[in-house]
Amino acid sequence: MLKTFPKGGVHPPENKLSAGQKIESLAIPKQVSIPISQHIGAPAKPLVKKGDVVKTGQVIAESGGFVSANIHSSVSGKVAKVDAIMDASGYKRPAVIIDVEGDEWIETIDRSADLKKDFNLEAQDIVKKVLEAGIVGMGGATFPSHVKLSIPPGKKADVLILNGVECEPYLTSDDQLMLEKPEEILVGTQILMKALGVNRAIIGIENNKPDSIKIMTDLAKSYQGIEIQPLKVQYPQGGEKQLIKAVINREVPSGGLPIDVGAVVHNVGTTFAVYEAIQKNKPLIERVVTVTGKSVSKPCNLMVRVGTPVSDLIEFAGGLPADTGKVINGGPMMGKALNTVEIPVTKGTSGILIMNEKEASRREVQNCIRCAKCVSVCPMGLSPYLIQQLSEKAMWDEVESEKATDCIECGSCMYTCPSDRPLLDYIRLGKSTVMSIIRARQQK
Amino acid sequence: MSKLLSVSPSPHVAGNYSVKKIMYGVIIAMLPALFVSIYYFGLGAIKVTLIAVLSAIFFEWLIQKLFLKGKSTIADGSAIITGMLLAFNVPSNLPCWIIIVGSFVAIAVGKMTFGGLGNNPFNPALVGRVFLLISFPVDMTRWPIPEPLKFSLTDATTGATPLAILKEGVKNGTPVDQLMSKMPDYMDYFIGQMGGSLGEVSAIALIIGGIYMLMRKIITWHIPVSMIGAIALFTGILWLVDPTQYADPLFHLLTGGVLLGAIFMATDMVTSPMTPAGQLVFGLGIGIITVVIRVFGAYPEGVSFAILIMNAVVPLLNKAFKPKRFGEEVNNG
Ligand code: SF4
Ligand code: SF4
Repeated sequence: MLKTFPKGGVHPPENKLSAGQKIESLAIPKQVSIPISQHIGAPAKPLVKKGDVVKTGQVIAESGGFVSANIHSSVSGKVAKVDAIMDASGYKRPAVIIDVEGDEWIETIDRSADLKKDFNLEAQDIVKKVLEAGIVGMGGATFPSHVKLSIPPGKKADVLILNGVECEPYLTSDDQLMLEKPEEILVGTQILMKALGVNRAIIGIENNKPDSIKIMTDLAKSYQGIEIQPLKVQYPQGGEKQLIKAVINREVPSGGLPIDVGAVVHNVGTTFAVYEAIQKNKPLIERVVTVTGKSVSKPCNLMVRVGTPVSDLIEFAGGLPADTGKVINGGPMMGKALNTVEIPVTKGTSGILIMNEKEASRREVQNCIRCAKCVSVCPMGLSPYLIQQLSEKAMWDEVESEKATDCIECGSCMYTCPSDRPLLDYIRLGKSTVMSIIRARQQK
Repeated sequence: MSKLLSVSPSPHVAGNYSVKKIMYGVIIAMLPALFVSIYYFGLGAIKVTLIAVLSAIFFEWLIQKLFLKGKSTIADGSAIITGMLLAFNVPSNLPCWIIIVGSFVAIAVGKMTFGGLGNNPFNPALVGRVFLLISFPVDMTRWPIPEPLKFSLTDATTGATPLAILKEGVKNGTPVDQLMSKMPDYMDYFIGQMGGSLGEVSAIALIIGGIYMLMRKIITWHIPVSMIGAIALFTGILWLVDPTQYADPLFHLLTGGVLLGAIFMATDMVTSPMTPAGQLVFGLGIGIITVVIRVFGAYPEGVSFAILIMNAVVPLLNKAFKPKRFGEEVNNG
């Protein structure tokens, strides 16, 4: 029996249309817009102004606090302006807009494709370089990686878990990266192990990626302390808590963090970025993005410079289909619907999913028939039907005691509900309201 | 690119599930039992079922139109289920107008007064059935004798149900084994050759329906198993204590609508608990109450009352048996 997490979960149709498509480099656009807030935490502080000439890889905005990240130019050229633009959040936020001229990289970056295995850096130097390279969680959460590598006093990590699960339907960027850059990921894993002071790492990969599992398993034999753990396909296995439970059977306490059970989780894409930062001196300026959808003529995996307009990616994949109803930044379960494709790719853009009009419309909401399906699929053991009703009635005390704050917003409940109830919409409302109530209480 | 994109929060996909699919699944699961009752009770079974279903749909439509407004819900299939379950719970020779009254009570009082599907605390068909049992005790307990493939509407000969014979006999002091010799044997019960409500007689047909619903994940095993288990255990203990006073467990399980109740009525998702633990307790409660009514109470059978009583306890069970949260009690060895 393959391992997985024991509580709840769903198995939506996988639709990995772009599986096996080689990563192609997308042409550098004429202009890039690089948001200064591509991560969770404080926005970075711009260091450039209109008219400045920048090189590829140069820092253009510096980290604005401990939980923040540096931003680098992904192209060479001239800064056109620093201005608010629409980004994936749907809001206008500051970004550095650069007119591209050539592609001149700063000299310290090693652009060769050679695999470089050896490194000799101390833990704190690794963390420092990760910070400098502006690396954030690339699975979509965009939490600054150096923060996760800085173990709080009194805690101790004993295992590193890598997320190669890619449990969202459609997305294939991590899968393809594991196929094409397996050794780089393994070296990156060793670097992360060194940084954390652990001698064990486990890479969890779902069983619907047999080629990745095979390649990684074969290669991992020559890397000490790294195991590959195939997992049964089940959503949301990429959730940190679910992944830890599936791989090492430890349960992160409610309200706690992975480090509370001695684990640190990173995404395989992030690990590749760490490899590049440490071994090649290359900051995070490009990433793999899956462009996919049932009506898309050429579903693909693209290596894209940060700041490239999403519309360029769609153009490459054959253009926006006529029946397009929705464009999603990320996967269908947790991604964010975009109201325009004229937004830039950022560090957290794992995929662009185009849904046709029929797929895009929600079905009509019916009464809750108390079928308990939402309860049985909730990986956090909550009662979604109840939290929904309580939030709708603004009964926040009850919402709090039902632990809406534990919700990981995976959407499994809503996916399963036969009455198509807007469960997660209300649970989100309940969760954020309760969180602000709790914050207010703590401040008193 | 001027195309207007639709924007909504995640998730952006929904599974291939719907209320309709669930309801029609239940209807399909009831068909074997319906066929068996048509086989044994002939046109009477068809007539009762049709009238019950049609009047249930009609009343739901009417009440929705007059009072609740909004879109009509009759297409979701739940009114058909209520109608069929009501028919399954009455004798096949019940006069038409009584059935219509039953349907009305089931839909109007049992379901629509609470706001329609999903809001009703009690199983609507049982509300209708119990109302009829109390209002028309004579008509509701005149059971036609099963006569295979005799399709006529002339009044069939009637007789008592096995449970009624048992209750009456024990009251008069006749030992159970003597009573048993007058009854159909267990194979007949299993297939459905006995007096009784039209949908309750055939164990095998009900079990087939139950397996179908389990396979389609419409129900889970918890309620039927705990309810049947409780009845078997409780009647088994009584039988071991005094076999001349009490019938054996198999007799209890195969008669008086235990299987119909366990598979189709106690499992009604609207009126049963949300978690497996709650469902186990719910089934246990129904089983125990059923036996108490049968053995010590005034009615020969007790499934309907037991389910309704436990329906009332569901909100409490939902409070008492919450799902276990992830990371609530952590034991990481
Ligand atoms: S309540 Fe939250 S954690 Fe549970 S299934 Fe719904 S979205 Fe996922
Ligand atoms: S899945 Fe939908 S219908 Fe079923 S209990 Fe949950 S909210 Fe109600």
